[in-house]
Amino acid sequence: MIETDILIIGAGPTGLFTVFEAGLLKLKCHLIDGLPQPGGQLAELYPKKPIYDIPGYPEVLAGDLVDNLMEQIKPFEPGFTLGERAQDFEELDDGTFIVTTDEGTKHHAKIVAIAGGLGSFEPRKPPISNLEFYEKKGVSYMVKNPEDYRDKSVVIAGGGDSALDWSIYLADIASEVTLIHRRNEFRGALESVDRVKELKDLGKIKLVTPAEIVDLEGGDQLESVVVHKKNNPEEDFRIEADHFIPLFGLSPKLGPIGDWGLDIEKNAIKVDNSLDYQTNIPGVYAIGDVNTYPGKLKLILCGFHEATMMCQSAFQRIFPDKRYVMKYTTVGGVTGFDGSKKEAPKAVVKAID
Amino acid sequence: MDVKITIIDREGDSHIVDAPTDMAMNLMEIVRSYELAPEGTIGICGGMAMCASCQCYVKSETELPDMEDDEEAMLAEAFHVKDNSRLGCQIPILEELEGLIVELAPEE
Repeated sequence: MIETDILIIGAGPTGLFTVFEAGLLKLKCHLIDGLPQPGGQLAELYPKKPIYDIPGYPEVLAGDLVDNLMEQIKPFEPGFTLGERAQDFEELDDGTFIVTTDEGTKHHAKIVAIAGGLGSFEPRKPPISNLEFYEKKGVSYMVKNPEDYRDKSVVIAGGGDSALDWSIYLADIASEVTLIHRRNEFRGALESVDRVKELKDLGKIKLVTPAEIVDLEGGDQLESVVVHKKNNPEEDFRIEADHFIPLFGLSPKLGPIGDWGLDIEKNAIKVDNSLDYQTNIPGVYAIGDVNTYPGKLKLILCGFHEATMMCQSAFQRIFPDKRYVMKYTTVGGVTGFDGSKKEAPKAVVKAID
Repeated sequence: MDVKITIIDREGDSHIVDAPTDMAMNLMEIVRSYELAPEGTIGICGGMAMCASCQCYVKSETELPDMEDDEEAMLAEAFHVKDNSRLGCQIPILEELEGLIVELAPEE
């Protein structure tokens, strides 16, 4: 069981900055995120795109903002459970909470701060009627263990980096790799596109474009996929396949959080914006893009503000009898849990003779 | 100045709306501003041509700006795509759009 003061669900910019504000109050944080890396949308969707409305940064790349936040919170030694999705929520009699991930990792916390952004990123599933029937029977949306595909025939669909990269990777493992895409053009790193072309010329990857998979066939296990060639609609054909891996990127869904008993409105969690961004469950807060209130704006800078207010409220909830006044970091410095201390240099007092 | 645009929502209902040409808005934002699709089901990526949640079918002969590479690439990976598919976030509201008729594509 992972123990922490504040359990933050979502490691996007708002979740990351919460660690800093909590750290100033000597509260420990642990973050859960379904993605394998911190940064949320910024890291997953647009790391190379610029953001222009972060106060004090005329321009900052999304990926750089995440790196800076990670640097800023390092002294407060946050824990991370990455690549796992927060699934189950339980409130204990003493007012603390247990959150369990889809992999079964349990977290025990005094406070839960949901900074889930648009939700957890789920694979986008192509509209094939019997796709879900074949899940775990030949269909998967990510490659977890490449060895599962040794000497098997694999069909991959998609036109982005992950489709290209896994086609390349599995070309040496699987008995057969077929890459299917709706267009002749791929949007991926140029070297990946070139490598796929080389492997195609070597006969190690079969490329079928422009085409798409329209049906799956088999008994209890996937046996073949039906390919619909765009310029030849009358002549759908079959490819024998042990595995079909559609790789169409990820899209965010509110997911299990929606079933935790929180007030939900417009796919977002309702909070008290007059005070501390607390939800209808005391001790559970929602900050950043995941919450809603009158006048809500889904901006990173608003998430930072909400995180700050939320931490003050969390402190009071954990220590109802402790007296405290907010202190500027310029005055108090930043003392990390790792023993590091940053502080403003003292002014030099010198007499003029 | 405003232009009149007809938007057919995902339930099949038609809405004729006024869209301002002077607010640097795009079609996806018009749909959101009139709340013609539930929040969280359209414009998820914020308008970066990265999610296709604002995909729509163009039903009129209105002249539209050509697709740029990222819109084309996103539509190549989107679902329910037809020949007249566009991403609403990539269509700026200009005077030329007067009379435009679009239908929102189903939610993925």
